[in-house]
Amino acid sequence: MSSIEFRKDLFADERDDTLVEIGKPHQRQDILGHVTGRTKYYDDHLFDGLLHMRCVRCPHHHARIRSIDTSAAKRMAGVVRIVRPADVPRNLNTLLSLIAFGRDDEALLQPETCAYRGEPVLAIIAETERAARLACEAVQVSWEVLAHVLDVEEALAPDAPVVNPEYPNNSFDYYDRYDHQKLRFGDVEAGFSQADHIVEGEYQMSPIEQAPMETCGAIAAPETNDRYVCHTATQALFFSLGTTAKLLDLPSSRLHFIGGTVGGGFGGKVDSIVEPMAVLGARLTGRPVKFMWDRPEEMQVGAPRGAERWRIRDGVMADGRIVARSFTGFFDAGAYTRLSSYAIVKGVGHLPGPYTIPNVAANVYCVFTNRTPATAMRGFGITGVDFAIECQMDRVAEAAGLDPIALRLINAYRDGDMKAHRRVAKNTALIECCQVAAQKARWPLPAELERLSSREGGGVGDRAALPETVTDQVGRIGERRRGPVPTAPHEATGPKGRVAAGTQGVAAVAAAPQRADMQIDPARIGHRTDTPTVIPAAAGLPAQPSPQSSPQPAPLSHSASTPVRSPGPSLPPGAAAPSAAPPAAAPPTKAPPTTAPPPTAPPGAAAGQPPAPGSPAPPAATSPQPAPYTPDKPFTRGVNRPGVSRFLSGTRRR
Amino acid sequence: MPKTPVTFTLNGAETAVFVDPGANLLDVLRRGVGDLSPKQGCAQGGCGACSVRIDGALHLACLTLAETVEARRVETTGGLQQGPEPHPLQTAFMECFAAQCGFCTPGMLMAAKTLLERDPAPSREAVIEAISGNLCRCTGYEPIIEAILLAAQRMQGRAA
Amino acid sequence: MLSVETYPSAAEAARALGPGARFLAGGTLVMRDANFALPGLSRIVRTTDASLRGVRTDRGEIVIGAATSMAEIIAHPDTTLLAPVARAIGGPALRNMASVGGNLFAPHPYGDFATALLALDARAQMADGAEIALSDLLARRDAPGGLVTALRLARPDAGTFRFRKVARVKPKGVSVMSMAAVLPRPAGRIAGARVAYGAMAPTPIRMPAVEQALEGATLDAAGIARALAVAAQGLSPPQDALASSWYRAEVAPVHLRRLLLEER
Repeated sequence: MSSIEFRKDLFADERDDTLVEIGKPHQRQDILGHVTGRTKYYDDHLFDGLLHMRCVRCPHHHARIRSIDTSAAKRMAGVVRIVRPADVPRNLNTLLSLIAFGRDDEALLQPETCAYRGEPVLAIIAETERAARLACEAVQVSWEVLAHVLDVEEALAPDAPVVNPEYPNNSFDYYDRYDHQKLRFGDVEAGFSQADHIVEGEYQMSPIEQAPMETCGAIAAPETNDRYVCHTATQALFFSLGTTAKLLDLPSSRLHFIGGTVGGGFGGKVDSIVEPMAVLGARLTGRPVKFMWDRPEEMQVGAPRGAERWRIRDGVMADGRIVARSFTGFFDAGAYTRLSSYAIVKGVGHLPGPYTIPNVAANVYCVFTNRTPATAMRGFGITGVDFAIECQMDRVAEAAGLDPIALRLINAYRDGDMKAHRRVAKNTALIECCQVAAQKARWPLPAELERLSSREGGGVGDRAALPETVTDQVGRIGERRRGPVPTAPHEATGPKGRVAAGTQGVAAVAAAPQRADMQIDPARIGHRTDTPTVIPAAAGLPAQPSPQSSPQPAPLSHSASTPVRSPGPSLPPGAAAPSAAPPAAAPPTKAPPTTAPPPTAPPGAAAGQPPAPGSPAPPAATSPQPAPYTPDKPFTRGVNRPGVSRFLSGTRRR
Repeated sequence: MPKTPVTFTLNGAETAVFVDPGANLLDVLRRGVGDLSPKQGCAQGGCGACSVRIDGALHLACLTLAETVEARRVETTGGLQQGPEPHPLQTAFMECFAAQCGFCTPGMLMAAKTLLERDPAPSREAVIEAISGNLCRCTGYEPIIEAILLAAQRMQGRAA
Repeated sequence: MLSVETYPSAAEAARALGPGARFLAGGTLVMRDANFALPGLSRIVRTTDASLRGVRTDRGEIVIGAATSMAEIIAHPDTTLLAPVARAIGGPALRNMASVGGNLFAPHPYGDFATALLALDARAQMADGAEIALSDLLARRDAPGGLVTALRLARPDAGTFRFRKVARVKPKGVSVMSMAAVLPRPAGRIAGARVAYGAMAPTPIRMPAVEQALEGATLDAAGIARALAVAAQGLSPPQDALASSWYRAEVAPVHLRRLLLEER
């Protein structure tokens, strides 16, 4: 079956070729269980007296609940309990609240207004699945159908219906400032004006359902030690545990989560909905409760990879060099945030793709629509825009009359090049990939392109430099409600700022470690590090000013994936920079032209932005940094008291 | 709600169970009898994860009214291994990495066993046809096809 | 709640049918509804009558018991004509279960076998002895009443039967559409053609406009041109996850041409 070819000749000197497993067939450790049918998925745990929980769901895209009549359902045979929104102790959450990113915006059971088709409003627990289904059918809900919006750009129109009351502008609020994630690197408009060709394209991806073979679900049951055991299909066990603890207002020490065996996930089993539902059911009935989506629910309410729309504008020279690239991206988050806000931060760190382009700008919007909320799926945040970028590269090749592989080689990033998110590229291998692919396809390349190497020619001159960067303030939160505002970065109007060349940034880390010893030290986990690592101060301890001896008002730059290397203090990006941040009002070394307004928006995929120089530093009170969570009393409960569910079936009767 | 007694052989063993009216064979095997090897992926005949053999023919347990297996012979992947060693199909699935999450595997194995009984030296096309009612969402179908062909080859060798 | 009633004969089972009752043959439709607790289903009626199963020849006609499975159609020497149709339905497990009679009642987009039977001008034999043209049965299939015990059809002339299923996944895709035709050509020209579509209307349907356009035509590109022009005339095909209504109507002529001319 081996169609894998190991090209150990490439970058041979960068590896100690001492791999003992890679490249050799190896059996999965769990495969004997799979082929004998003995692997235990969550639904393979048998409990006596198991109850079944199902939801009453909204049949409309957007509708307000006038009233709910459960009288018929209540009387039906086998119905044990009707679960209402008021039964959820803390009925509002956002998935990323555990890392302090975004505001709580989604109810476990919706009490007022449903914002997507299939949103649950009520749950029924019954003796059998059939009884639960029939009882759900018997519930009468009176709906006031509201206007809905299903398209991302229509949702950003001033008169669009409000989808998500927590974000009344239908877009996620980035850093308490903008209605989109900005990336600014260099000056795209200058780039476009010097280009020989302008190539524009629009690309779109529909939502994609992960469609795992095993549908999402969980079984929860009371144990004998005052805990609840929960067998779950989750892909994110501690995420699900933390979310359950929060929604049900239970100490996490009372939750005994068992997972790890997933019948296919692909990102679709991180949303932590089935676990709080099942545990809530067990809590309200004192019995084991299964909450399992059926296949139609998996398709309708199971969060897919969200839809994306991208517009790319490229400035291209006659020789094929791309000198400016501007992105306008719209992520369809559906009705609630889930993970879309994070997908964008991650995606923007990826721009402009594996190419070195001196001027890059992006505005990316996390838009709320009345569609099923979107979540993770394999490479989310990257997949859609990579599709767009590579289609665009072909379009550019056509416009410039160049071979599409040659175009990629000409623009490929190389080791040492500065990426738009202000990190130096290393271990790049696009050039070698293109060369090998061309070879395999017997695609002729000119000799000079055959000779290119990812390790040569990068990191020199402008390729390594942080350019002077033009900034703008377009797209403040709420601005779009007052009238149309251009969405594309190169269409930005109004005052421009300039950030001096060479300006690095300070990374913002989503959530501060609770204790200093929880900070990951790269040296300890075996990453090669060629520069001394500075461990950011843990929040809760006195935050230290940046040790980086930058004279700049070091604007914060995004670092979705590299918090470890961050030299600055840890900042929750949802909060404004705390006063301990680098002195925001310090004048830049290179003063902006006197006619230009002071730089406001920082360059980079700005996370946690400092206020504009010249404006007073924010008093800490305007946006206090949320205190890291500390338990009221130490976790002791349950930890040393092993227990077992008294409902567990003693035998597998076979 | 009166229950109906049903007697059948499950993987060679006499089995008796009381079933609810309208219960499907999958629920009865899993919860009534405790054979958890067939899986529920869709409950509507679309995925094949619940495939079992009834009198040697492949059936979808989720769409089989449980009481219709009265006096019939039911086989599941839970009973595929006879003796100390795994069945050659199981060995081939392990060697070829023909399972990732493993949720479709029990159904795939039942489909494969049925094929090899009828056609001990199947073509690749015959294998594809034989597992066409069984969906897999992770490993892709190639290693599965390969494993079935490998098992056929080995079982032929043994028969010869 | 749900009950199951088992009768020794088809006639008794037929009499037991009524409000809330469904007859269970292969189970692929009824059990699905039972699993999802469809409120309309409260009684499952079945029979152990063996005469409902099997294929025989009677007075030169093929008689197919309504409970005969797709797998049995494939295996039986008298139904080689219909074997490719049965093979196009579901996967191996489903074909061991799904019955010919059940296929007549399969909701859109299912019902490929019924489409073929419709083109073959099959008649449904009912448990009360009545015989109904299949097109009449399909037109009122959602109304309660009666139990189909067998299908009768005359064997068409060799080489005149055509069937084609259009699916996006192969093997075992669900129909974007299916098409079947019987094209008698007594003197080189088509006379008395019968054409049926599946998944192009709520039930499988005959296409009289296409049949008329084929009357007297030669079976070649020029001869069928008029039929292709009316390929989707008067239809408003269903819209579902597999295809839009527009798409179905738009590609119907393409697939009709391939069906008639046996193009791949």
